[in-house]
Amino acid sequence: MLKRLLVVVLAMFCLATQVVAQDAATEPTNETASETEAVALGPMQEVLQSVSELIVDSSRRTIQPAIDAVAGSGLDAAPFVLETWQARDMWQRISDGQFFKAVKAGDGYALTDFDTGEVVATVTKDDIEQIKPNSGIQGLIGSALVAFQLNDPDPAKRREALASLERNASEDLLGVLRASIDNEEDADIRARKERLEKLITITYGTDPANRIAAIESVAGNLDVAVRGALNPLVATRIMAFDGAIPDDVNVARELRVGSEALSREEAYALTDGEPLLTDDALRGLLQANIVDGAVGGVPVAELSDPERRVAAFEALEAAGTVPPAATEDDVDAALDGKVFAAVYSEPNADVTDAAQSALTAIETKVGLFQIFDLGLDALSLGSIYFLAAIGLAITFGVMGVINMAHGEFIMMGAYTGYVVQQIVPNHTASILLAIPLAFAVTFAAGVAMERLVIRYLYNRPLETLLATFGISIALQQLAKNIFGTQARPLTSPDWLGGAWVMNDVVSISTVRIAIFVLALIFLAVFLFIMKRTRLGLETRAVTQNRGMASAMGINPERVNMLTFGLGSGIAGIAGVAIGLYAQVTSEIGQAYIVQSFMTVVVGGVGNIWGTLLGAGLIGILQKGIEWFNPSNTLAAQTYMIIFIIIFIQFRPRGIIALKGRAAGD
Amino acid sequence: MKFVRTLLAGTVAAAAMTSAAAAQDCPIKVGVLHSLSGTMAISETTLKDTMEMLVAAQNEKGGLLGCDLEAVVVDPASDWPLFAEKARELLTVHEVDVIFGNWTSVSRKSVLPVIEELNGLLFYPVQYEGEESSKNVFYTGAAPNQQAIPATDYFLEELGVEKFALLGTDYVYPRTTNNILESYLKDKGIAQEDIFVNYTPFGHSDWSKIVADVVALGADGKKVGVISTINGDANIGFYKELAAAGISADDIPVVAFSVGEEELAGLDTSNLVGHLAAWNYFMSADTEANAEFIAAWHEFIGDEARVTNDPMEAHYIGFNMWVNAATAAGTTDVDAVREAMWGQEFPNLTGGTAVMGVNHHLSKPVLIGEILADGQFDIISETDPVPGDAWTDYLPESAVLESDWKDLQCGMYNTETQTCVQLTSNY
Amino acid sequence: MQRSFLIKNPSVMIFLAVLTVFTILVTFSSEAFGAGIISTSFVKTLGKTLCLALIAVAMDLVWGYAGILSLGHFAFFGLGGYMIGMWLMYERTKEIVATSMAQNPIPPTAQEVVDGIGTQIFGVVGSSEFPVIWFFADSLFMQLLLVVAVPGVLAFVFGWLAFRSRVTGVYLSILTQAMTLALSLYLFQNDSGLRGNNGLSGLQNLPGVTASQDYVSIWFFWASALALALGYIFAAWIVSGKFGSVIRGIRDNEARVRFLGYSVEGYKLFLFTVTAMIAGVAGALYYPQAGIINPAEIAPIASIYLAVWVAIGGRGRLYGAVLGAVFVSLVSTYFTGGQAPDINLGFYRIQWVDWWTILLGLSFVLVTLFAPKGIGGLFDLIAERRTPDRHGADLGPDQGSLREREAEE
Repeated sequence: MLKRLLVVVLAMFCLATQVVAQDAATEPTNETASETEAVALGPMQEVLQSVSELIVDSSRRTIQPAIDAVAGSGLDAAPFVLETWQARDMWQRISDGQFFKAVKAGDGYALTDFDTGEVVATVTKDDIEQIKPNSGIQGLIGSALVAFQLNDPDPAKRREALASLERNASEDLLGVLRASIDNEEDADIRARKERLEKLITITYGTDPANRIAAIESVAGNLDVAVRGALNPLVATRIMAFDGAIPDDVNVARELRVGSEALSREEAYALTDGEPLLTDDALRGLLQANIVDGAVGGVPVAELSDPERRVAAFEALEAAGTVPPAATEDDVDAALDGKVFAAVYSEPNADVTDAAQSALTAIETKVGLFQIFDLGLDALSLGSIYFLAAIGLAITFGVMGVINMAHGEFIMMGAYTGYVVQQIVPNHTASILLAIPLAFAVTFAAGVAMERLVIRYLYNRPLETLLATFGISIALQQLAKNIFGTQARPLTSPDWLGGAWVMNDVVSISTVRIAIFVLALIFLAVFLFIMKRTRLGLETRAVTQNRGMASAMGINPERVNMLTFGLGSGIAGIAGVAIGLYAQVTSEIGQAYIVQSFMTVVVGGVGNIWGTLLGAGLIGILQKGIEWFNPSNTLAAQTYMIIFIIIFIQFRPRGIIALKGRAAGD
Repeated sequence: MKFVRTLLAGTVAAAAMTSAAAAQDCPIKVGVLHSLSGTMAISETTLKDTMEMLVAAQNEKGGLLGCDLEAVVVDPASDWPLFAEKARELLTVHEVDVIFGNWTSVSRKSVLPVIEELNGLLFYPVQYEGEESSKNVFYTGAAPNQQAIPATDYFLEELGVEKFALLGTDYVYPRTTNNILESYLKDKGIAQEDIFVNYTPFGHSDWSKIVADVVALGADGKKVGVISTINGDANIGFYKELAAAGISADDIPVVAFSVGEEELAGLDTSNLVGHLAAWNYFMSADTEANAEFIAAWHEFIGDEARVTNDPMEAHYIGFNMWVNAATAAGTTDVDAVREAMWGQEFPNLTGGTAVMGVNHHLSKPVLIGEILADGQFDIISETDPVPGDAWTDYLPESAVLESDWKDLQCGMYNTETQTCVQLTSNY
Repeated sequence: MQRSFLIKNPSVMIFLAVLTVFTILVTFSSEAFGAGIISTSFVKTLGKTLCLALIAVAMDLVWGYAGILSLGHFAFFGLGGYMIGMWLMYERTKEIVATSMAQNPIPPTAQEVVDGIGTQIFGVVGSSEFPVIWFFADSLFMQLLLVVAVPGVLAFVFGWLAFRSRVTGVYLSILTQAMTLALSLYLFQNDSGLRGNNGLSGLQNLPGVTASQDYVSIWFFWASALALALGYIFAAWIVSGKFGSVIRGIRDNEARVRFLGYSVEGYKLFLFTVTAMIAGVAGALYYPQAGIINPAEIAPIASIYLAVWVAIGGRGRLYGAVLGAVFVSLVSTYFTGGQAPDINLGFYRIQWVDWWTILLGLSFVLVTLFAPKGIGGLFDLIAERRTPDRHGADLGPDQGSLREREAEE
């Protein structure tokens, strides 16, 4: 009941202020209308016509009066108009300039009148023009809608109103918001409202005690919005004062001239002394004072010497042709007796103190969580490298085959995912189908390659490198010929589309978690196959001593073929996973091949735990370096590789080196 | 001699031929210098097809100056030195009358000395960073003031952005553009600490930390906007991460200068609706000329699903202007055509008329579009035609420079000292 | 000494003779000095091909003779190009800046000239300060010295670290590849001071030279031919003596050579460093002809291609390396030139632009599988030199090397 009353009062108030403006604005419209045809416009249509130009012009800078006119019209249709407008469903009829909600109906558009809510006509697209408010205007409309929506029976609309209030908080709505909290039944929305109320109080509240209470209540909250509310309170600017600082200024700290925060030049610039003479200004002055091929008695030809230029300037200065420039003494004099301080723009010292201490608490927490988040990123990157390298850990680590086409197997996997998605439109089903299919395709490709090329080269590892490189570039070009050079979409199903959000600092996308889990699964699969199955036993036997294994009845040809196929197959599945978070192009494999080899080499050849450690190390290193130099990702990669090169100097066999006979060599 | 020539041409046919043919020999040859292999093929192959389509269409209309046109296609394979080599080959071996080609500034800088030395004619169709005006190049793509500056204005005025993240791929175009924007933003009163700049390598895919950094920028309560000069397929990973993080265009709008219809074809745009791009052309432009162009393109390429984009329009305008200029000059001689090019007018596909200025840049309208769920753009803002500015007004060194090939006969004229700094270009 | 060396190696004489004849032929067919049959762009291609042949010779020394598959030599090649490029760019820009500033009413100070050059060179990457590494850029002599010194020092440090830790075989390959990748990523950064991805461009315009490119191209062609001849003689001299025997020994069985008392690391390090310097020289001649150098040139893939040229030409013989480089480089020029006619199969049209890379890739596979001696192997047919049929069995215990020739000696 109270709620209703409030809305009505508010609406009346708005109306009252609006009527005056409206009268003035509607007059010309009425004139033109009477000239053509005296059609009685609905009240809302009249309001819209009064601000027609602004609406059509559609610029955030000028639109506010139009929004106010509609919102403040006091008509029942106001929220409907605003919602339609915001959703870009408002169109203007070209013939008479009237606005309607237009909905596509068959070949044409059905026009709904705002006042009656009824379909009045159906027209073709040529007869009407869409009003396209940009997202800035949409935001403003959203703010105007807040007052209507905060108490809307539909919870979705209330959420929308809160979202829009969160983006553009405003002082005016604080009262409405406070009033709406009491009647809120939905616990979730109520919590949001209360939180928002505090934030707006912090920024716009009038009572310092209230504000400080609000500030203290949000201490330790990690939301970006909280920091967004607190930080402006503690923003400072540097000011110069003569002698003592007046009491009514809320000083953050005094600054010493020549300190890191305030250099001598900066301090001087804050005073009103003569500008310092720069080299450019000097040249300009000299240039302006050339007389008979000389400046101040110094021939122009000599002016290529900086000292002669100063001499010329001094001569001019002495002659009084140019105004004297500020000297070091002038600077000293200007700075003497001045006090410099960083000053809060917020005048109340208690508020700034509270904000400062709340922020300090938050910052410490944010710092810790940021490190945690960085750790997650590193882990995620490590798992991607691990996934890309695990196939290589089999073919290179266990079998000793340098397969430069490994990256292209990743690519084949990714493209398989793409093709499957073209045939099976359901994303979940297509991913579940793509994984075994990618394995099958790359397994087959791996087996074919092993049979046709690699088996002839087991004794010539360096030549394997060349031959597989040849295959690599051929496969890449083949992919280009088949799929074109344009990147192909591989879309993750919706349940993988979002992110796991712990708070505003720590979050990680679900795809990355899935990749992490996949990497763990593969680790387990790898260990199982190698340690618990016949194939694993045979593989290890063949790698350690081919002749002996063969004497024991193992067919080394078959074992090599299957092992290589397995390694390639895993690369294919990795391709599907990588394609989900990155781009699917013919060059996708190239991005991972060198890193994959390094992962295996750093970890230690022939040991899956080594590969795991290697991937982890590379992930942590890269993210760690990025942390220090966030604006330059390339630098992180460069230094990471240099670190690896140096690392290998000290542990040439990797983190986990095989010992004894198995080390080969 | 003739025999030796054919023999050589047969064995090393790559380049071993030369003859000083007269300018008006039929057919008139149009060089197409776009990578068909390597990393840039992704973008450039489309432009090669566009050129072949335009040449074929012109031939159907009766050719040029009574001759048929012939497109000479070479493949610089995304290898910058090879661009220079192939340009020389086009000009001296094939003796083409004009070259349409290049994508990326590096490739253009590689070709420049060759074109200037041999007095060739190049039409460069891609948006670029400005700071250049060559006598022998016509820039039909956007200069910074035709794309970056209006988009930034849009951010400042329409979206009320107060804090900027300038994300780019690490090469010339983003570097220079971001430099210009930084200085422009400072002019507009944005503080240095409110501008976050980051560069990533080509094809970068690990975006989670950068996206998190951008979100964290909002911590001081200012509205954050991202200006992206991320190039090529790195965009896909970036937008995927953006979508996964649930960042809507209302919270942190992203405006991209290198993302067009082609790039969006590589991803699902349903989560990106509302993010922006600034171009001089969008496929969704609702005009008759555009509908015709799209229909012709679909017919030529035989695939209804193929999209059109801004550089294609640039070639379309450039090629037609060149045809008209050659017709007006009555010859394909480079100097005559060059002079006839100044002031050439040709209708844009998006409506209005493009005019070639004496600084070899086009005057074109700037469009800002919002990404739609179907991978197209909804044009939400269109400016009046903006003349391209070779030297930006927002960097102190370039503010004093001017380009005017007609009256000043200089592409780098210092208005302060009233001298022509140099006639050839910086490479 | 010299006499006996040449007589012992008739292939050197033949090679030099062929190179001389080729140079003369090209000179008299060029547009500058002759009939104009060969266009200037093709002269440049030929000149560049000779430089590639030179680095292929260097590669053959480390790989074919010493068994070190370095995937980093193209990085040294690029560094050489960068070093000469810095001087070319600096001087050329200085000319422009000096002329333009001379028109000012007041003559510029030295500092203003340098600042002007900085703005011109680094303007494209949004900077105007000269980085420290450009310290010697105004001195041709110092930069020429750096052409060999920078690759040499880098190779020495890297080699010393790697060989000392006994990193061999494929591990060394991967490590050198990592080095190349790190270097190219480093140069890709604008902060590295070498204009990032833009690289150094306009290198074909020599400062102070007004002659047309027709002449400049021939000069560089001559210089490249001379460098190749000298490099070839040097390489042949190195591998013919005792030194050559030791490095071949290292290739075939490193441990055995070490037990015989040779300092294996020393030999390897020397060879690695010297070939890096040769690569630097080749690069310094190559890039002024190409006109632009940028970090993409140094990407690891370029070094792999280098190995492939040597493999196709035939490892362990110097002329094989030259043949491989020349052959692959010219064939690729042919196919990228768009000259190769399409083949119409009726149901599909083979466009060479799309298919030649596949052909190239497959040819690597075929050569390694069926013709391990490469194109150079054809000369064995002429010389009727046969290798014993060992039914695929190895000669020595080291599995990574090629031993046909020694088998017969």
